[in-house]
Amino acid sequence: MVLILDKIKAEEVKALAAKGERLDGRGFKDYRDIKVDVRPLQNPEGSAMAHFGDTKVLVGVKVDLVKPFADRPTDGVISVNCEFTPLAHPAFEPGPPKEESIELARVVDRAIRSAEVLPLAKLGENPTEDGRVLGVYVDVYPLDHNGNLTDAASLAAMCALKNTIVPKIEGDLLIRGEDGGKLPLQRQATTCSFEVVSGNIFVDATDIEEIASYGRVSIGVTDDGFLCAGQKSGAAGISRDKLLELADLALENRKFLFSKI
Amino acid sequence: MSTTNPPKPLFREDGKRLSGREDTDLREIKMQVGIFKKAQGSAMAEWGKNKVVAGVYGPKEVFPKFLADPYKGIIAARYIMAPFSGAEEHGRAGPNRRSLEISKVVRHVFENNVLLQEFPKTGIDIQMEVIQSDGGTRVTAIAAASLALIDAGIPVYDIVTPISVGKVGGKMVVDLDKDEDNFGEGDLPMAFSLRTGELLLWQMDGLISRDELEDGLNKGFEAAQKVRVVQEAALKEKYGDFNGSDTGQN
Repeated sequence: MVLILDKIKAEEVKALAAKGERLDGRGFKDYRDIKVDVRPLQNPEGSAMAHFGDTKVLVGVKVDLVKPFADRPTDGVISVNCEFTPLAHPAFEPGPPKEESIELARVVDRAIRSAEVLPLAKLGENPTEDGRVLGVYVDVYPLDHNGNLTDAASLAAMCALKNTIVPKIEGDLLIRGEDGGKLPLQRQATTCSFEVVSGNIFVDATDIEEIASYGRVSIGVTDDGFLCAGQKSGAAGISRDKLLELADLALENRKFLFSKI
Repeated sequence: MSTTNPPKPLFREDGKRLSGREDTDLREIKMQVGIFKKAQGSAMAEWGKNKVVAGVYGPKEVFPKFLADPYKGIIAARYIMAPFSGAEEHGRAGPNRRSLEISKVVRHVFENNVLLQEFPKTGIDIQMEVIQSDGGTRVTAIAAASLALIDAGIPVYDIVTPISVGKVGGKMVVDLDKDEDNFGEGDLPMAFSLRTGELLLWQMDGLISRDELEDGLNKGFEAAQKVRVVQEAALKEKYGDFNGSDTGQN
């Protein structure tokens, strides 16, 4: 569902883009102000809230003891989920996850998993006597959707993993509130998303710009300069050269993004 | 895709892949157009051991009605794996998070490909059923779906030609099979419109350098030409030679 007023504004976004301008006066490659609150919550083992302009995405990390997957008996478990709460946007409806939130969660999951931010073998290193291993659950909650939820979610998720404190394990029990150390992170990863608006590429698009967009490319990048995820979404086609240009731009933006966490 | 498991050797001593293929060799690909009676257009793609059947219905009335667009047609795409399609245990029937994501990106592929402005207020349904899987089901599904759309007589800008490339043993190789997909270091499924050279689908996982991405995109583009030959042959098998102009000489 697209609201009629947003549609009208999106037409203006397209017209401005053709003139080389954006509605909020930013350059095509400029981010909004980015701030990430570290550990705003006390109950989850880790948490972060990313602000990209008016966009707010909260991420909570819970650590549990879980049975490993049958095909990975010595590995720990990591899982990323996302719920588009109706609070965050008038178009978000309650109910089972829809394709947009599933896509977001899977792109963030791919970036974190592919980059081996959290080596699963390490999470499975010390199984309890009843055969359980560490499971890390990353839950993404957009609270105010003003565009670019993917990048806000991935940066918040990375920050939340960095500040996660694993509870102490005694026997088969997890003692919540007692410090069992940090997660064994070996790398940082986040995403950088681009929207195609009237043939131009916008970085850090607003929700109105996303309505005006013909397609999106999200690219996962690591702090040590690798690409770790990719997703073209929306109808736009993209040439190989353009995609490589975006990969270069994502790698360039990573220093700025990681400096925020 | 994991290096946390002991990597299985994916190359033979002579440097070839376990299947005996070179880095840029494809598996055997077969396609057939017009395999079903009820669907308006249909096709089957066999790609190595992958088998996908696709059917297209439409343009037809959109349900629920509020989804209809007064200016253009809309596409609904459904990619799904049959519960018996894998070599392992019985799978769960119905959509899951993975299949919903794939359905979404495949829909976007055909939103770019179909002349939707010709069909305001209507919908086109693309159904893709994976009946056997062996690594690379989404590209096999797109190959079949593109032919099914053309078989349904729906005007498209081009045949959509998919291909997967991945990083295996530190090298970019074309058309990963199941073991290479599971134990390799990265996977880049893509789909081209070879008329424009544009990527209509691009996804990536794995830890990949910028130069490996470039190598992969180029190898994918080269290999897609070979896939296109198979797609054209399947269409000619049913429809005969078409010289590209509507002169009635065929």
